[in-house]
Amino acid sequence: MNKKKRMFIRMITASLVRRRSRMIVALLAIMVGATILSGLGMIYYDVPRQMSSQFRSYGANVIIMPSGDGFIQEQALQTALGKFPDAELEGYTPYRYENTSIHNMPVTLAGINFDSIMKTSPYWHISGELPEQDGQTLVGAKVADKLSIKTGDSISAVNSFEVTDSTDTSRIPDYEIYTDPKTGEKHCDHALDLKVTGILDTGGSEEEYVYVSLGDTAYLSLADRGYDIVEISAAATQDKLSEYIDNINSSVRSVSAKLVKRVTASESSVLTKLQSLVFIVTAVVLILTMICVATTMTAVIAERRREIGLRKALGANNGSIVGQFLSEGLVLGGIGGILGALLGYAFAEIVSVNVFSSSIMFQPLLIPVTIASSVIVTGAACLIPIRSAVEVDPALVLKGE
Amino acid sequence: MSLLELKNISKIYGDLHALDNVSLNIEKGEWIAIMGPSGSGKSTMMNIIGCLDRPSTGEVIFDGKDISKESRRRLTELHRDKIGLVFQQFHLINYLNAVENVMVAQYYHSMPDEKEALAALERVGLKDRAKHLPSQLSGGEQQRVCIARALINSPELILADEPTGNLDEANENIVLGIFRQLHKEGTSLIVVTHDPEVGEEAQRIVRLDHGKITSDRKNEGFKG
Ligand SMILES: Nc1ncnc2c1ncn2[C@@H]1O[C@H](COP(=O)(O)OP(=O)(O)OP(=O)(O)O)[C@@H](O)[C@H]1O
Ligand SMILES: [Mg+2]
Repeated sequence: MNKKKRMFIRMITASLVRRRSRMIVALLAIMVGATILSGLGMIYYDVPRQMSSQFRSYGANVIIMPSGDGFIQEQALQTALGKFPDAELEGYTPYRYENTSIHNMPVTLAGINFDSIMKTSPYWHISGELPEQDGQTLVGAKVADKLSIKTGDSISAVNSFEVTDSTDTSRIPDYEIYTDPKTGEKHCDHALDLKVTGILDTGGSEEEYVYVSLGDTAYLSLADRGYDIVEISAAATQDKLSEYIDNINSSVRSVSAKLVKRVTASESSVLTKLQSLVFIVTAVVLILTMICVATTMTAVIAERRREIGLRKALGANNGSIVGQFLSEGLVLGGIGGILGALLGYAFAEIVSVNVFSSSIMFQPLLIPVTIASSVIVTGAACLIPIRSAVEVDPALVLKGE
Repeated sequence: MSLLELKNISKIYGDLHALDNVSLNIEKGEWIAIMGPSGSGKSTMMNIIGCLDRPSTGEVIFDGKDISKESRRRLTELHRDKIGLVFQQFHLINYLNAVENVMVAQYYHSMPDEKEALAALERVGLKDRAKHLPSQLSGGEQQRVCIARALINSPELILADEPTGNLDEANENIVLGIFRQLHKEGTSLIVVTHDPEVGEEAQRIVRLDHGKITSDRKNEGFKG
């Protein structure tokens, strides 16, 4: 390297390092821009992959309902489940609904299997804990809101009915039965005491139920019966699923199986919307970065008019003035780009973990693309103020303007 | 032999004649002081001599050639090669240290050379301040860095606009000592000054008033 180049680098470095308080503002602007660019870029490219891998864990893709008025009996369910290869069956959750009242308000109780619920409804967001045993409950957010129920509360679900001669009272504690003094009729307030372990947020109709174990449902309703609906989560392609479903529908008469299309159908539209959103945000951020960098560079150059005049008085031609300021800008762009690319990766990772609950796939190509874009954007943003720098009149410096 | 000749130079801003038909002949190796009240056109004349500005009318003969019609670019080259500038306000680059400031002049002239730059600083008595930034130097020291920068490319002519205007007496004497040394070595010097004491150091004293030369005399007391 010759001495001239070395001096050039020495000047650029000195300008960047010894004027760092000035440069840091410009660097920050570039870095934020590059961070957003690389972060959103990673997300943009990773969204389709995330979505399709989420497809599996999105939960139930088959539901089984009774074909007539009855319920789904355990035996019919097992036969139906037998149509899925073991390896493909990820989990299933039977639902049994019962009407009851809590705090004297009518509420629908859903008896489910807490062990498998996260397999079929992985998108459930629970504040608190999932119940682990009988006597515990998960309350839908809407119900919790309406009845002012909080995690940790003890509540009672009450099943009130008239006791007649035909009522089987063997499963009712004596103290729950009383006689109405006016009419002489016998009544029963059969209660199920529950401890609230968590509140359920889904943004959907799931929030309107109070979830308890299947055993508790049976206890409260004083009846053993089948299920109202069963959700099944299976890792299989659409075609395979249709095949299993046909198989079930033809061989198990008492039930009717259906494909759940909810996630699949919306998948592609969510995808395009998300991608165009990411695209717009990225474009806006790039423009903002450019404005910010151009403003900063304008200020920096305005501040350095004397220096420019002096350099010209020492024999600098326009080319070398442009060269110097542009190089400073490009170095800043490069550093900002590198830092931003890495920060962007971290940013994308955080977003991915929080939104998709899985790690982002690193896109190596985005690193050079981000660095190149931030160098180009910074260079372009510097051009206008540099043009004004070239017009500085050295005679003014000598005069002591 | 003539180094530079101004022939009927005028510089006109609107209807203000900053320089009004000025003629001046400068010999090689001469030390001239230019004096005059504020606004008399001293800096304007320096700019024209220093090839940083062009006259409205008249000729500037440098080394036998009229340069008043040359392009800006050519003027820059000429000035870079032949002239060293010392400014009243020093004009050092604030993020470069003393030796780097000197090297900038080399950079635009030919080749930066740290050893030579250090030697130039040594000449003005600042070798031990070479790594200091301008903000860490006193006014007198900054002016000396500025002089080191002006003489680094061994110019034929050094132009100094109020070089001692911001200095105390001790620093003024240091600067004048350097000028005397340069004069001995054959460098031409043109020094603009308000200060009669500084003016009296020169060989020849030119007085300007309202853009005109009102007196041009040899300095009898010159000790060179
Ligand atoms: N760019 C310009 N546009 C208009 N008028 C100018 C310009 N430059 C200088 N002048 C005018 O020309 C005259 C001479 O200015 P010049 O700077 O040469 O004065 P000077 O003798 O150096 O004064 P000082 O001792 O205060 O530095 C002044 O009246 C000044 O106002
Ligand atoms: Mg002046």
